[in-house]
Amino acid sequence: MKLSIWTYEGPPHVGAMRVATGMKGLHYVLHAPQGDTYADLLFTMIERRNHRPPVTYTTFQARDLGSDTAELFAQACRQAYERFQPEAMIVGASCTAELIQDDPGGLAEAIGLPIPVIPLELPSYQRKENFGADETFFQLVRHLAGPAEQTERVSANILGPTGLGFRHRDDIEEVTALLNEMGVDVNVVAPMGAAPSDLSRLAAAHFNVLLYPETAEAAARWLERTHGQPFTKTVPIGVGATHDFVAEVAGITGLPARKDESRLRQPWYAASVDSTYLTGKRVFIFGDATHVTSAARIARDEMGFEVAGLGCYNREFARPIRALARNYGVEAVITDDYLDVEAAIAELQPELILGTQMERHIGKRLGIPCAVISAPVHVQDFPARYSPQAGWEGANVIFDTWVHPLVMGLEEHLLTMFREDFEFHDAAGASHHGGKAVERTELEVEEAPASADVIWLADAEKELKKVPFFVRGKARRNTEAFAAEQGVHEISIETLYEAKAHYAR
Amino acid sequence: MTVLAHSAPKKGCSDAPVLKERGQHEVFCGLTGIIWLHRKMQDAFFLVVGSRTCAHLLQSAAGVMIFAEPRFGTAILEEQDLAGLADAHEELDREVAKLLSRRPDIRQVFLVGSCPSEVIKLDLARAAERLSEVHGPRVRVINYSGSGIETTFTQGEDACLAALVPQMPETEARELLIVGALPDVVEDQALSLLERLGVAPVRVLPARSADEMPGVGPNTVFALTQPFLGDTAAALARRGAHHLRASFPFGDMGTTAWLQAIADEFGVGADRFESVTAAPRARARAAIARQRERLAGKRVFFFPDSQLEIPLARFLTEECGMEAVEIGTPFLHRGLVGPDLERIAAGPRISEGQDVDLQLDRARMDRPDLSVCGLGLANPLEAEGLTTKWAIELVFTPVHFYEQAGDLAELFARPLRRRDLLETHPSRALRVEAAE
Repeated sequence: MKLSIWTYEGPPHVGAMRVATGMKGLHYVLHAPQGDTYADLLFTMIERRNHRPPVTYTTFQARDLGSDTAELFAQACRQAYERFQPEAMIVGASCTAELIQDDPGGLAEAIGLPIPVIPLELPSYQRKENFGADETFFQLVRHLAGPAEQTERVSANILGPTGLGFRHRDDIEEVTALLNEMGVDVNVVAPMGAAPSDLSRLAAAHFNVLLYPETAEAAARWLERTHGQPFTKTVPIGVGATHDFVAEVAGITGLPARKDESRLRQPWYAASVDSTYLTGKRVFIFGDATHVTSAARIARDEMGFEVAGLGCYNREFARPIRALARNYGVEAVITDDYLDVEAAIAELQPELILGTQMERHIGKRLGIPCAVISAPVHVQDFPARYSPQAGWEGANVIFDTWVHPLVMGLEEHLLTMFREDFEFHDAAGASHHGGKAVERTELEVEEAPASADVIWLADAEKELKKVPFFVRGKARRNTEAFAAEQGVHEISIETLYEAKAHYAR
Repeated sequence: MTVLAHSAPKKGCSDAPVLKERGQHEVFCGLTGIIWLHRKMQDAFFLVVGSRTCAHLLQSAAGVMIFAEPRFGTAILEEQDLAGLADAHEELDREVAKLLSRRPDIRQVFLVGSCPSEVIKLDLARAAERLSEVHGPRVRVINYSGSGIETTFTQGEDACLAALVPQMPETEARELLIVGALPDVVEDQALSLLERLGVAPVRVLPARSADEMPGVGPNTVFALTQPFLGDTAAALARRGAHHLRASFPFGDMGTTAWLQAIADEFGVGADRFESVTAAPRARARAAIARQRERLAGKRVFFFPDSQLEIPLARFLTEECGMEAVEIGTPFLHRGLVGPDLERIAAGPRISEGQDVDLQLDRARMDRPDLSVCGLGLANPLEAEGLTTKWAIELVFTPVHFYEQAGDLAELFARPLRRRDLLETHPSRALRVEAAE
């Protein structure tokens, strides 16, 4: 038993729903109690879908438990088939139905529907949403992707995009463009947009693009084993990763690494003088493993940030994320408990958080700006505009997204220059965030107390407040660390500036 | 006010046949009530003993992540908890102890049962007793079930309040008890009206804090503010309390009927009643009249959601001039909504329970001007060109009593106003066509 307040991932059947809702012509019959239908609103509200997810729930109640829940399930299967006429069906149980052991797979098979019916075994008390999506897609592919004649022209499948994915909708377009520029056709994109009949054509592609390992790795490995299709290991998010991806595709296909970078602005934007202020900003990165891996590389190599800490919530990827962290000289935070993440961020006092909606809340509480880089998603993560993360345009989008929460370059200087000004002071916040500038009051809010071992002398405390807000946390932390290291128990102005000199880059 | 003078036949929908349906229910489970209950009882913590699905529901249902440090959480059952129930109890004790050490402000802990905890028969009543001994008297531990197999959406509040009834001290005092979790601002308005009517003392269930728990006994008279509190009413009756039956306090007429029942019971004179209610009634009527222009003559279809459907249909038909096409409710409790049912003019289809696909077929046939439905159905219906009102707002927003009557009408008028505003949108025709 584990107390959980906010969770990064839903139960595994929600992962199955993400696959089913992304697809066409597939129906999911879910043995589940009344109330589990809440999951529909994730898709209709967060993603603004204009159709109900293709899911029929048995919504059994206590009175059904005494009679025949199995018949209820069989009836739901028959009615769903008649009403929706799907090409294929997936059947399974949510957490409660798992306990009553009605065997949805066996029941559905006994009905003898004239379409493929694929049973799902998703252990609700052990696994979570991403596993559910990965396993569901794998089972669909295993049941439906038989042998197929290879396409004449070089072609690839794009595997991994699902409903409720972080910018999956737009990443597909961007990756399709990358492939087309090299002369590679896209055979099937799946699960998103694919029908079961499309999955039967998967083996016709020459190779697979594994866009999101979280949701499609098992399928990609099975296709490699069974149909000899290699799959790409680089996720093309970030300029460097996109170059590597193109090179990888060139290696697999033997085609020249043709690319059209005419729309790529990120490298110049990062190099232009306005971006000087981004230098060495300390960032904390947290999310799913794929987006964290990409973000770490972009942060250090393409934005000139310092990666102060990183981690992921999906334990399936703990090993690669630990290895990644070692490369960046930090300790990985592998947890699905947001309180642990909050503690890590409070401890590290980064200047920017790259995280999920959860970290956005943490940032709000701690007063640290945050840009969202990964699921779990929120209605804001489905913008009306084209807004990919992958490919060249993705790199542009990421530059804008990450810079936006920060105080802009010249403004940072002005705030430092005029920090004593009564209305242009740092508590007024960044000028482009719409907050009303409040007049400075003499009564400043007490900040977090210093650690027990060191106390701040009044003068030093006052001096610290002259440091602009977006670096004040760092200055406080550095000074305290420096004091502790030196065995100093009282921090004076002197200590503050000694620490500043000590940490000067 | 002459527009409202047309009197509905006395029996209204009282004897209307009820279409009972038993198919897929597109409704929340009772856990959802925690979202408003934990804001109401500020020294209470709601600990759901359930699965990851329960935790996911709570965080998804209302976008409640705005509450940075919520007073609810889920003790997520894991594989080993299912294997040995004895261990599950130990684990639960440990989690509660940890929670109380971290949150010393908590005085009441609700152990909330869920579908999985009910199915594995985890005895939370026993756990609550045991934990009350350990952490009492300072902290009271109470259990109730919010599981989907036993409760539908607002029934979770009913189960919670019913579980509080045995905790209420015995009293012989003649008191009025107002039952139902209302936003503080609305509760204060009600209390102020009752005070001016000279009704005293008035107590409230649920109380805002553990120390204010009201008493109950044979001289207690209670009035419900919500139509979904059937079990709570029964539990109070078992303690000897007397239920004042009336229309629910929505709009001008509902509020007046509700207050009148109390005034009659407590011997408030007609003059005093008139002088206290005249001004707020006039304000409510004026506010409703402004929205009535848009609502009158429009056809409304209720999908089952919160059990507020019958009283709200009463308000919309009787006071706003709307026509009800179908009034779906998860559970029709005639003992409680009878007075509202009587005041709805005969005509609408009354349905209880749900088979969502069949009901959607009926809505498509009826093509109502406004469909009141859950969040899972709203966008799909909008895409089919049917204007919708999210039902969940009706339980999250202050809508009771005179001063909110205009707001309540406006909640239904706004989607219609928006539809009219976007009517001229150049892509509208295209969008509706594409969805069909």
